[in-house]
Amino acid sequence: MINQLDSTLSFHQNALRIRGERQEIIAANIANADTPNYKARDIDFKTAMQGAMAGAQQGRFNTVKTSGQHLDGVPSNAPSGRPGEPLFRPIIQGSVDGNTVDMDVERNQFADNAIRYEASLTMINSQLKKMLTAIQGQ
Amino acid sequence: MSLFNVFNISGSAMSAQSQRLNAVASNLANADSATSANGKPYKAKQVVFSAIPSNTPEASGVKVKNIIEDPSPPKVVYDPKHPLADEKGYVTMPNVNVTEEMVNMISASRAYQNNVETMNAAKTMLLKTLTIGQN
Repeated sequence: MINQLDSTLSFHQNALRIRGERQEIIAANIANADTPNYKARDIDFKTAMQGAMAGAQQGRFNTVKTSGQHLDGVPSNAPSGRPGEPLFRPIIQGSVDGNTVDMDVERNQFADNAIRYEASLTMINSQLKKMLTAIQGQ
Repeated sequence: MSLFNVFNISGSAMSAQSQRLNAVASNLANADSATSANGKPYKAKQVVFSAIPSNTPEASGVKVKNIIEDPSPPKVVYDPKHPLADEKGYVTMPNVNVTEEMVNMISASRAYQNNVETMNAAKTMLLKTLTIGQN
């Protein structure tokens, strides 16, 4: 039962995690808008999400067992490690100091990502509400 | 938790930008300082930013790597009545370019504001996350 509950929420849980990572990377781009030779980075949400979902369905983790009585690793929907390989943003207008941060692009992506993060939050909230209704049977 | 790291990153950028603003203020204040403690005219200071690794490798913060003295030549002004004028009547004035400094100031202040906004957005997102399942 708990596993089913887990898998219901896992999609948006993964989405939130990747959105959080992406928000951080875009924040770093904005922070380094004036740093010479800084290259703007971003993660591709689609590939990161596909990777995360594949990891969630893969099943067992290889946990280290130091005793024969230890249980196998339970499939978890929160795979460890980085979600997606961070890529470099294509250069639209280069600058003399080698910096590739385009503030318009970054602000746009930052706002977009924040809204999608909140959308995932709303989805999780409504899923929980649905679940509560089912449990209480009203 | 990645969203908390946004505070560190934006915070480092804010502190770096405020140091830049500080340098601008010093340059503008000393735009006419024809002499200083070492007897030479004031030299414009510029900050050099550098990316520093944060808790996650691909998202880096900012720090001021060093503060350099502007290598451009000093301005030479003809003012024979000036107490520091040489025998031909010329005074060496600081190499501060006021227009450049004003542009620098606006750029620093906008960059600072951007980072404040980034931080606020991250804070809103975290607070929203805390309310999962509460309603």
